[in-house]
Amino acid sequence: MSRKSYRQAINEALRQEMERDPRVILMGEDVAGGLGAPGEDDAWGGPLGVTKGLMPIFGRDRVLDTPITESAFIGAAAGAAATGLRPVAELMFVDFFGVCFDQIYNQAAKFRYMFGGKAVTPLVIRTMYGAGFRAASQHSQCLYPVFTHIPGLKVALPSSPYEAKGLLIQSIRDDDPVIFFEHKAMYDEEEEVPDDPYAIPFGEANLTREGDDVTIVAFGRMVGLCNQVADKLEKEGISCTVVDPRTTSPLDTDTILECIEETGRLVVVDEAHPRCSMATDIAALAAQNVFKALKGPVQMVTAPHAPVPFSPELEDLYIPSPAKIESAVRKTMAN
Amino acid sequence: MSGAIRPIVMPKWGLAMQEGMVARWLVEEGAEIKAGDEILDIETSKIANVYESPVAGPLRRRVVGEGETVAVGALLGVVADSSVPDPELDGFIASFQEEFAAHAAEAGVAAPQPETVDAGGKRIRYLAIGEGDGVPLVFIHGFGGDLNNWQFNQEALAGGRATYAIDLPGHGGSTKDLGAGHVHVGALASAVVEFMNAKEIAKAHVVGHSLGGAVALDLALNHPDRVASATAICTAGLGPDINMEYIDGFMQAKRRKQLEPVLHMLVADPEMVSRDMIEDVLKFKRLDGVETALNRIIDDCFAGGRQALDLTARLAELAVPVQVIWGSKDRIIPARHAEGMPAAIPVHLLDAGHMVHMEKAAEVNERIGRHIEG
Repeated sequence: MSRKSYRQAINEALRQEMERDPRVILMGEDVAGGLGAPGEDDAWGGPLGVTKGLMPIFGRDRVLDTPITESAFIGAAAGAAATGLRPVAELMFVDFFGVCFDQIYNQAAKFRYMFGGKAVTPLVIRTMYGAGFRAASQHSQCLYPVFTHIPGLKVALPSSPYEAKGLLIQSIRDDDPVIFFEHKAMYDEEEEVPDDPYAIPFGEANLTREGDDVTIVAFGRMVGLCNQVADKLEKEGISCTVVDPRTTSPLDTDTILECIEETGRLVVVDEAHPRCSMATDIAALAAQNVFKALKGPVQMVTAPHAPVPFSPELEDLYIPSPAKIESAVRKTMAN
Repeated sequence: MSGAIRPIVMPKWGLAMQEGMVARWLVEEGAEIKAGDEILDIETSKIANVYESPVAGPLRRRVVGEGETVAVGALLGVVADSSVPDPELDGFIASFQEEFAAHAAEAGVAAPQPETVDAGGKRIRYLAIGEGDGVPLVFIHGFGGDLNNWQFNQEALAGGRATYAIDLPGHGGSTKDLGAGHVHVGALASAVVEFMNAKEIAKAHVVGHSLGGAVALDLALNHPDRVASATAICTAGLGPDINMEYIDGFMQAKRRKQLEPVLHMLVADPEMVSRDMIEDVLKFKRLDGVETALNRIIDDCFAGGRQALDLTARLAELAVPVQVIWGSKDRIIPARHAEGMPAAIPVHLLDAGHMVHMEKAAEVNERIGRHIEG
């Protein structure tokens, strides 16, 4: 057990799984860097250094620098998965999914179903999401609702370093395609993470704290912000349950609905665009299944329906903030 | 004159503790306190426990109020003879706070960290505290526990001697690979011997809890040349009974809600079991190999819902001083197993549950201290 960053936890998960199972390979743009060039090998280790150090250990047969063509290498990864390897492909920014989405949602996601169970597609796609990096509209989106929508895909959103290592190990061991969402602004966050490998099961939500007054369901980076708000409100005597679903697909609806029933108040915090999001999904589930328990309307805290701004001041206004989350909680308490 | 002023500071319980909250003062300002008196209820993110005064005298000031959180080592209160004037107390407090603030950052770094050693091919994690010429002390936790179980005991017993709290195989940061063959008490005792060999510990006082208590007794019986004395706390190995509802519940619980009532069985006061403690157990259970390792231990030590090992018939053979400490409210292994001990083995029954070394730490530490000296 030692303090590790989100980045280190992910790196360790990859290294330990690659040590355990020779079929696990990495592929993506500059996951090592320096291929074929006279300069430094493993120059990058990924754009933010997450996969650094792996190519020197496992070699270029297992850590593949690919050309800049997602449709080709995500497609190759899907095929490799269906034919016996366990590839972890990196879709550098989830914003790029457009150029390879067919390979993901129409091919990889449907192989098992359409081949009558004869195909197994143990593919992991690691991808960066989220705003706060001043990376502008085409490099800051969340987009996990789009993947959650597709049957046959599993979607994981780790909210902390401990979660990241356990969910990534589970993703690699899972025999279905998993999209593993890493928030680009969280890589330096640190936490106690066990040195030994461990897997966190999919479809099991985690309660980071429990209270009587409000249930806050939050995703990815938003979980930490909600914990901060809950700590602050605790001092005023407002106690919150914060639910981290961990995976949006499969979704632990039982735990989520149970928590909403217990408090009767629901706030959903989702950094994604507001239409057809996880916020609307959870709000609808509550309305349909635990309507009688609700003491008032659900509050959704989301980004606005707009591209992510480049201007730092506007980007800060765009992201659901602790102040906005707090305000939503108080609104539910006013009912 | 300031030699007559004795500070009471926030203790450090366990490796991760950085700060603690004063939940409740149990004594008033002006009260006369003796060393060992319960003076504070302290809560950390991991545990809530009562704090016994390390010093004696009138409690002249309560520096931190109820509900306040301060860093480990921060001033909580001041004990001083009535002859010390108030302005001197003020001065002491002011200069203490100033110095503490200046050194606060360094304090955390100096704390001992666990290490690992290759013990006969098995990785064993341990925490070493203390040094000196005294015969070393080895702490052995029980089923499902780890070296942190001794967080209220290890430092107190580390004066003038090296102490080692170990993780048994299958637990904590030690190897989860238990190898081939049975994993009964004898096998666990062999692992402890291998640890002592690896650390070049010729002879040690052994203190064991629950299944670790059986290991301590096994060592005393089968390796008397390596054991200076043994203390067995709420120990296995003295009767057939074991609460399988606890063992099975511990293994089956996958969520906090399921595990909480199970862990409550360990203590007399459920308040002792914090959220973080439950979380730590869940995280431990998720580690690769743990479920398999624990199941093997259950199969070999608790087969058919009874303890496989009963050492009572062999107690007369003991050549090493042994004492037994039990919590009268133990719901895991009944305290009546301590009845009918041979006269040579003192039995101390305390008002606590299975985790008596945490629930009544000061008294347990005192008992161990006297046993290893005598």
